[in-house]
This record gives sequence, C-alpha cells and structure tokens, in this order.
Amino acid sequence: MVKQISILIVDDEESVRDSLFNWFIEDGYRVECAEDAKQALTRLESSEFDIVLADIKMPGMDGLEMLRRIKSLRKDSIVIVMTAFATVDTAVQALKDGAFDYVTKPFDPDDLSHLIRNASKQIHLEDENETLKVHLSSLENVENLIGNSEAMRRVYGEIERVAHSAAPVIITGESGTGKELVAKAIHANSPRKFFPMVSVHCGALTESLLESELFGHEKGAFTGAMYNRKGRFEMADNGTIFLDEIATISTKMQVELLRVLETKSFMRVGGNREISSDFRVICATNKDLKSMVEAGSFREDLYYRLNVVTIEVPPLRERLEDVPVLVDFFIRKYCSAMNRTVIPIDDAALIKLQDLTFPGNIRELENMIERALVVGNGKRITVKDLPFIKDSQGSSVESLDELEKGHILNILIKYSWNISAAAKALKVDRVTLYNKIRKYDLKSPR
Amino acid sequence: MDEIAMISFGYFEKQLLDAVTMRTEQAFSARISWKEGFLDLGDYYDPSRRQYDGNRILKVIDERFGVSKGKTIGLLSIDLFIPILTFIYGQAFLNGRSCIASNYRLSNERYGLLPDETLMHNRFIKEIIHELGHTYGLIHCSHPDCVMRSSTYVEDIDQKGEDFCPNCKSNLIHFPE
Ligand SMILES: [Zn+2]
Ligand SMILES: [Zn+2]
Repeated sequence: MVKQISILIVDDEESVRDSLFNWFIEDGYRVECAEDAKQALTRLESSEFDIVLADIKMPGMDGLEMLRRIKSLRKDSIVIVMTAFATVDTAVQALKDGAFDYVTKPFDPDDLSHLIRNASKQIHLEDENETLKVHLSSLENVENLIGNSEAMRRVYGEIERVAHSAAPVIITGESGTGKELVAKAIHANSPRKFFPMVSVHCGALTESLLESELFGHEKGAFTGAMYNRKGRFEMADNGTIFLDEIATISTKMQVELLRVLETKSFMRVGGNREISSDFRVICATNKDLKSMVEAGSFREDLYYRLNVVTIEVPPLRERLEDVPVLVDFFIRKYCSAMNRTVIPIDDAALIKLQDLTFPGNIRELENMIERALVVGNGKRITVKDLPFIKDSQGSSVESLDELEKGHILNILIKYSWNISAAAKALKVDRVTLYNKIRKYDLKSPR
Repeated sequence: MDEIAMISFGYFEKQLLDAVTMRTEQAFSARISWKEGFLDLGDYYDPSRRQYDGNRILKVIDERFGVSKGKTIGLLSIDLFIPILTFIYGQAFLNGRSCIASNYRLSNERYGLLPDETLMHNRFIKEIIHELGHTYGLIHCSHPDCVMRSSTYVEDIDQKGEDFCPNCKSNLIHFPE
C-alpha cells in the first residue's frame, strides 16, 4: 500500500488556497492550508508534510525566506514555490535555496500534476530506501549487511534478538555469505560496542600460531618471541572475539578453548600467571558442526558451550531478490574506490545475474561486479561485461576463441578503438589485430 | 442516490441532453431531472483572462440551484478557469451537493480538427459523470479506463471510458445517502 502523500499549501489568497485544496483532494492527497509563512511554520512544527507548496509573494515573511527556514530545519523537505511573476531571478533563487521546483501561476493543470507526481515519486523512492533499511533501523553500523529479502530479515531479527545478551553465538552458512558481517552487526549493537571486536581466522593458522595468537605469549616463550605479546582474548576484554572457521581447530585447541570459555581466564604461552578477560565469543563455520560432533571430530562439550544461539546466514541463491541492491552496493563501493562516477547496470545484465546460482555467494557476486567495472566501457554494465554468464545455465567454460574475442574487445574499448595503442597493449602488430577484429566481427561503436 | 438535477445554462441540443440523461441515469442509477437555469454569467467573467471563474460559478449554482436531496450539476458552454489553472472542464464540491461541467473545450474544432459531434458528446458525458462522481465522494483514480481518471487534455478524456472501474463502483455503492 502506497502511503498517502500530504501537502501543505501556503498562499495569502483564499481563492488560490481553495482551488489548490480541491485539486489535490480530488487527486487523493492529504491537504492542509496556511494563510501565511508564520502560520505555515507553526503547522510544520506540529505535523509533518511531504510537500510544501508555497507562494513566493506573501505579505510579512515571503516564500523565499520561509523556504530557507524550512530547509534549515529539515534539509530533505520538499518545497515547491509558486509565483505569479515569472521572473527568472526569484525562481532561480528559490532553486538555489533548495526548492524542489517552481511553478508560475496560473498553471497548466498538467504541469502541476506532473510536478507533484514527481515529488511524490521522490518521496516513495526515499521510502523504499527506508524500508530497505527499516529492519536495520534499530541496528547500528551494519551498512554492509544488504538485502531486504525474507531470509535476510530473519537474520536481522536474530541479530537484534541476540545483540544485547552475552551469550555465545554460532553463525553458520556457506563461504561468502557474509558471516563476519553478521558478527560485526551483533557486536556493533551490543553493549560491548565501545570495546573492540577481535577477529581470528582459525583456519589460516597452524595450531601453535593459533595458540599464541589467541592467548599471547611471553618474551622468549619460543624462538622468535622477542616481546611479550597480548593474545586476542586479552585484546577482546569487554568486547567480542570472533572465531571464524571454528571447525578447523585441532582437538588440543578445542580443549583449551573449552577451558577458557568456562573460566574466562588463561595463561599466555610461556607465561605463568592467569589472565582474565571478559569477552563474548562469536564463532562462524561453513561446516555442519553437529555432524562433526556425531563423527567425533568436534568436542560435544565445546559444541554445547558455543552453540547457545545459532544464526544461519542464507546462501545468495536463496535470496536472489537481493541481487539488485547488492549489485548497486558493490557498484557504488568499487566506483568510489576507483574514484569513478557511479554507473548503472543494464536490466538484461541484472536479470542474468538473478538467474545464477552463485556457488560463491556474495563474494562471487562482488568479484563479478568488480571485474565488470574493470573490463567494461565505463558507461554501464551490460551482459557483455559479464562474459562468464552463459545463456544456458550449463557450462560456464568459455572457449579460447570466446576468451580472446572478449579480451580484445575490452582492450579496444579501453583504448577507445585506437588500433595502434590496443595492438601495443595486446603485444601484437596492427595487422594481426586487424585480422582478429575481422575474424571476430568486432565493431567500433561509432 | 435518488435524484440528480441537471441545470443547463446555455443552449444544448436535444440529442445531447437525451444521451446525457440516459447515460448518467445508468451510471448512478438515479432519477434525472432537467431545468433551465438563468445566471448573468458576465458577473463571473475575468477580462484579463477572458475566461469565466469556475469557483465562483460553482458556488452560486450551489447556493441558488442546489437541490436539498441529491446532487446538482450545472451544464455550461463557456471557457472556465480557476485562479491556479489555465483552464478547467468542470469543478465539483468533493462529497458535496453540486458540480459544474462545460463543453467549451471539448469539440474537435477548437483544436483545428474536423468536427465530430459524437466524440464531443462522449467527452461531455464523461466529464459530467466524472464531476458527479466527485460529489459522491470519489477521488481521482489511476485505473486507465475509469471515468474518475483525471484528464487534462481532450485526448486523455478520449482514452478513458465512461464507466466507473470496479473499485470506484464499489466505493460509490458504499457511500451512505
Ligand atoms: Zn476530477
Ligand atoms: Zn476508478
């Protein structure tokens, strides 16, 4: 259901107010009127309007002054000014001061309707963006968690539910689904948010390195331990420790971890005093820990210690409706990183993306977008920039010819079809390049 | 919805009046009565715009001709405006008693096209039903065929039908009388 747009009409002439009032009421808007700027500002204090439609020439405070005051209170308010005197000056001044647009009286009925419809569209757009964020509204610092699908909303709900407790959480989900982002969101919304969240990627470290990483070590504890070093558990004091790929840790580490979780104290490697730390533990895994417990490769007691709350992050293929917002997000992210203007993506390309199964999940999508931005023509992302997407869902293996054709085309586009430059970049001579262009029937856009 | 009083301020052909009666009757299942009205329209003429003030005409028609039970529509053939708009085809009190409609801008000739009487009649009927719809509380509708669709140009009028869409129709039925 589209929300009803509200309009405040400000004009000192009664007949104008009445006419506009009737006109907009018949169009289904909620309308109120004010006789002058002062009255309008009072109205705006007590109730919100989506659109203010104000005359410029009014006794007392004029429309321009009122516009400036409204804008200083609410930057995003939409003010349309009306003027019977179509001087460019006042209109331009109004636009400079932040008016959405202006109309000259009397209006062509169509102009007026269009204007309000455009303004409404903008409001609905903003609302849509709001709804996208609505489930994160009470969640802070989670702008990287993207998506408004049912599946993601469930995740947001769970984040909200667990954020305030100190209970351990296991985040499950395939690689590339964004488990660490979920952990960050939990931390950022917990009372621990003013203290650090410390991440440890357990799978990347050998057992002894992981041990010293987690617990720290004393100077001389082993070769290369030249300084005392705080471990991650110590650094996470009052905060959160995030243990990624928890399923990879050795049986010995499982025992040590269990002990730490039970006592909240530990010793540094090579040390001899107990250090205590108040941390919350969040783990992530793409493995089925439960069946690992059954198979005997993961300690049952540790499993139950860690697994107070489980949050399952859905794979991207189960929330393909989020692909457009994710794509938008990644385009903005990489364009900004590359210092380029943000470019759009073709509908066709977007549809293709939504047809994919994304075994690599969001990470895979992100890579695709980054790649498309690098190889594309810089104007828009098209299916061409996503060469690994085949029409048939089947094989994504490209033939050598296809690869060559795509690569040559990318280089040609990159060098604006300057054959010499492209040939040089491709390390072939011009004749060879011409032959390839003919062979693949490549055409310059001009 | 028992009575709709149609008051003509100007000359309309019998053929047109018959068609208007029949189709308005169908649209609202109401009894239609006819009357000729006399107003010095010169009082509502704005020389600077060379048009007639629709707001004021609507007001005076409502005061002097409005029926106590039912709705009243004044039929005109003059160029109407309201202060904010360059022109209007008609004007109504939303959920009120009265409305007006003018066929001044509805003929093809005004736009340099060949005359088409039937087309003009159809346009007028749609505008009449539209304005009356407002008096029954209907607001503009986005349904493409619905007579309550707002129309700025005659082409818009031609594109819509003269019936209410199911939604407007059910709203119409549910208005207490
Ligand atoms: Zn209307
Ligand atoms: Zn309708």
